[in-house]
Amino acid sequence: MSIQRVVKPSTRKGKRVLEAREPATLEGPKQTLLFYGRKSSDVIRHGLKDLYSLKKPDAKLLSRKNDITLFENANPIEELCRKHEASLFIAGSHSKKRPNNLIIGRMYNYNLLDMVELGLDSFKSLSEFVGPKITVGTKPCLIFNGPAWDQVEDLKHLKSIFVDLFHRENVENIRLQGLEHALCFTAISDNKILLRSYKVLLKKSGCKTPRVELKEMGPSVDLMFRRSKLASEDLMKQACKKPRILKVRKRKNVSRDGLGTLHGRIHVGKQNIPSLQTRKMKGLKKTAEEKRAEKKQSKRPLTVQNDTNKPVASKKRRVE
Amino acid sequence: MDSFISTILDNSLKEANNSITVDKHLQLEYDVGTLLAVDSNNLNLKTLMDNENEYLLKLSRDNVQLLFNEIWKLPTDRIDESIVAKLPQSNYIVPRSRALPKPKPLTKWEQFAKLKGIKKNKKTKQSWDEQLNKWVPLYGYKRAQAEKEKDWVLEVPATSDPMEDQFLKKKTGKRENIAKNEFQRLRNVAKSRNIKVPRLGLTNPDLSSSKELQTAVTLTRSATASLGKFQNKLPKEKDVGLTKIMSDSNRKRKSIAFSSQEERRNNLNTINFVLNKKPTFNVEKAIGRRLKKHMTNPKSQSNKQLLNTKRKMSFHKKSKNKGKKKNEKQNRY
Repeated sequence: MSIQRVVKPSTRKGKRVLEAREPATLEGPKQTLLFYGRKSSDVIRHGLKDLYSLKKPDAKLLSRKNDITLFENANPIEELCRKHEASLFIAGSHSKKRPNNLIIGRMYNYNLLDMVELGLDSFKSLSEFVGPKITVGTKPCLIFNGPAWDQVEDLKHLKSIFVDLFHRENVENIRLQGLEHALCFTAISDNKILLRSYKVLLKKSGCKTPRVELKEMGPSVDLMFRRSKLASEDLMKQACKKPRILKVRKRKNVSRDGLGTLHGRIHVGKQNIPSLQTRKMKGLKKTAEEKRAEKKQSKRPLTVQNDTNKPVASKKRRVE
Repeated sequence: MDSFISTILDNSLKEANNSITVDKHLQLEYDVGTLLAVDSNNLNLKTLMDNENEYLLKLSRDNVQLLFNEIWKLPTDRIDESIVAKLPQSNYIVPRSRALPKPKPLTKWEQFAKLKGIKKNKKTKQSWDEQLNKWVPLYGYKRAQAEKEKDWVLEVPATSDPMEDQFLKKKTGKRENIAKNEFQRLRNVAKSRNIKVPRLGLTNPDLSSSKELQTAVTLTRSATASLGKFQNKLPKEKDVGLTKIMSDSNRKRKSIAFSSQEERRNNLNTINFVLNKKPTFNVEKAIGRRLKKHMTNPKSQSNKQLLNTKRKMSFHKKSKNKGKKKNEKQNRY
């Protein structure tokens, strides 16, 4: 990828840094920025720390307060996310009007895409639960319970944000013993969500698939849906565009038979052009003589001859 | 005895299956690629209120079990002594963090080369220098050193001033070349980003064309508060006009005819212009041909007649000019 900049980078390292920021077809895991707002409470402080520990290799927790009111002005957060190269952010704040407030948002192309505001209630932190914790960087299983996730428009969006926030990264392979974390989101009403985090314990079941047992690991929190700023439909569509290279295209002339062997057609027989039906016209009609001659030919006994009306069957070969 | 053992085996198998099967009213939606399961069954709100955590634990366990059953169905592989499952492509679409990469815009040269079918031929990184008797790199490390060794003496061209410093000339020439390249790069960047820049082309006074110089002169003159309105001009100097230089898009478009009459008139003008076109008449050629004809059989035409023809030709010439003016008028519409 070339860098289209007015000022060229002067060092190799600088060039590499800039190249890493260029848009790419395949993107790595999204970075998350966690920061405090104007004022924060104990719950918010512990909540952000817990979220940070769940997200750890792909997250950054800023320790200072930031005088940012996101729903009034989104520019500062765009700047902040650009600076830290993050496309997800979680802001925690506490005020009289909105106690224990958590804002989760996404960026697209360094601009704000959407954000939701959640209130934390009956929070229990990760350290309050005794027992083993997960290893850093584990890909969690995401479970969404409740019919509201598919029915309420806000929750549909929230689901997308939660998946984006926690799914980490698309992977090809996954170690079966490494599946040790489950995040459960239960929507009990239109605006109340219960978040529980469990450690997965695999027990012997007597067959190949193990029996699953869960042990609550923390954090556990009840979330209240407050304000939201959702993306416009066309911006979302633009953001969700799949690169052309990744789209699966149909391979032509290749087929599989019942036994699973791959067949490729490598040669098509010559087409019989004279028998092609073209546009019907008076001038091209067969004369009486021609018709008679044809009739005579058809009356003759069948000889070994290529069927002229059908194209010659195509040859098929096995493809290794 | 045999039947006894088989019943025990059957029972244990059933138990095993029981331990991993979960009954659900509605099937769960899975996206195994993102390890996601969505359970849209109604919640039992009463038990949830009574014993929240226990209910959630049970519900989650069942759903995780169902998801794991799906995962364990996937084909597995052994990598570094651990069993891995091959995950399918995830269907849950998540927005990208940055826009899709665009193809690199072609530079002006690349565009031209593509049009003309010029292909880049790769030069070797090092070439043998006969003079220095060693391999010299095309650019980079040790190139400048080799150049220095080679150019310890420079020839003074016969046409140039003998007192001119050739080393200095070479140095400044190189510097100017670098500046020109940088200018072209910036111009390409501006073009690719659709930034309008003045057509200022003073890269090298020796190389720039009169047009470029004229542009530069006009621009410099207009750099006053009154946009050069009161600036003196050289005698016989052509004024390019600032607006013309600043951008091509400033050119006014032909206004659309708003009345039907006007439109009719415009169309008629166009038709007249096309239909009244006469073949171009090369006067000199015609005279030459006539003269030649006259020379070959002088008896047929007198000198007087020739003179008359000449007059006729001149008349034709005049009328042709008139036509031209008319055409110009029509072109304006």
